[in-house]
Amino acid sequence: MWQEVDARGLSCPQPVVLVKKAMETSKANLEVLVDNTTARDNIVRFSKNSGCKTDIISSGQEFIIKISR
Amino acid sequence: MDQKKVVIATGLIVGILSIALVIFGNPPNMGVCVACFIRDIAGALGLHRAETVQYIRPEVPGFILGAFIISLFYGEFYARGGSSPLTRFIIGFFVMTGALVFLGCPLRMILRLAAGDFNAILALLGFAAGIWVGLIFIRNGFLLGRSYKLNPGNGYIMPVLSIIILIFGLISPSFIFHSVKGPGSMSAPFIAALITGLIVGILAQRSRLCMAGAIRDIFLLKDFHLFWGFASIFAAALTMNIIFSKFNPGFLNQPIAHSDSLWNFLGMFLAGYGSVLLGGCPLRQSILAGEGDTDAAVSFLGMLVGAAFSHNFGIAASPSGVSINGKIAVIFGIMVLTVIAFLNMPNTVDAKRGEI
Repeated sequence: MWQEVDARGLSCPQPVVLVKKAMETSKANLEVLVDNTTARDNIVRFSKNSGCKTDIISSGQEFIIKISR
Repeated sequence: MDQKKVVIATGLIVGILSIALVIFGNPPNMGVCVACFIRDIAGALGLHRAETVQYIRPEVPGFILGAFIISLFYGEFYARGGSSPLTRFIIGFFVMTGALVFLGCPLRMILRLAAGDFNAILALLGFAAGIWVGLIFIRNGFLLGRSYKLNPGNGYIMPVLSIIILIFGLISPSFIFHSVKGPGSMSAPFIAALITGLIVGILAQRSRLCMAGAIRDIFLLKDFHLFWGFASIFAAALTMNIIFSKFNPGFLNQPIAHSDSLWNFLGMFLAGYGSVLLGGCPLRQSILAGEGDTDAAVSFLGMLVGAAFSHNFGIAASPSGVSINGKIAVIFGIMVLTVIAFLNMPNTVDAKRGEI
């Protein structure tokens, strides 16, 4: 099961805060939408530090980060 | 190169270049200071009339243009905006007020520490405390709203303004002020300062270097990634200061500094509080403005106007200390930021919009 987190257009550190909250409230895998590389890199780093696996799908200016737990 | 190496390399180069600019003529412990340089530009444009701090500092347009060029190169430039711009203007205004009561942005705070100016220790504690308080709101849902993609033209405005500022600096038209004494009269050669600004802009864009983010991520995520940049600037600047006999430890008689500990603490408390609400320190706002983020550009303009008011209203500190106006402005700024923080909590956002 995938839970979607829409972090597009949010400034630091909101994208990571949303992911962190989603991880704390559910055990589901996450599908995170972001629209800048800073948020993408921060979320990937945070996910790896939390022991999760990440896959990135790029589409134009936007990225989908799939976080498997 | 992995991200950690990029941020460490950036910190080391920024630290070395900052001391090099002082050797080439910039004011002491002010190789790079985003707040001081925006203030000097405000003065050069005649927005304030403090005669000792008026000069078109090429470093600042250099940061913006460096970030613009490199973000274009890596396909990361895109125009966006609409995340509470006027609120960001006000926050930027007070970030500058706080920085000018301490006499330096977070980057100069590190450079002052690395030169042995112990007053910056109080400032660092205040900066961290301000970030900690801002994070209480962020953890509980504080949000300035989403930004949206804009027509690319919006993103070109700050780079174009930067070029105009540089032209003013080069041709010195009669309406541009240039200090004949004080810090505004001390500068590295124009081209050296511009190249340094461009290099710092490029590296800061690639590494996402941010002084507020460094401390914020430790508190929020126990992530020391950005702190490595912060520590590297300190290490490089400290080494350079020792080599070039510029390390003078102590509280008193530090260059372009005062020893009023409470107001060094509270000034940077205000700057840290505002920076964390904006999502980045003054340097980071400049870099984002270059990448096409018009909300960061509005924060930048808030800082420019804040610098002008800080001198027009006698708020900015001087080596002789902090004025009563400066003290009132810092307290008022902390109150304003707290009101802004409360007004942007989730329960105050119109639920009918469905999302924030």
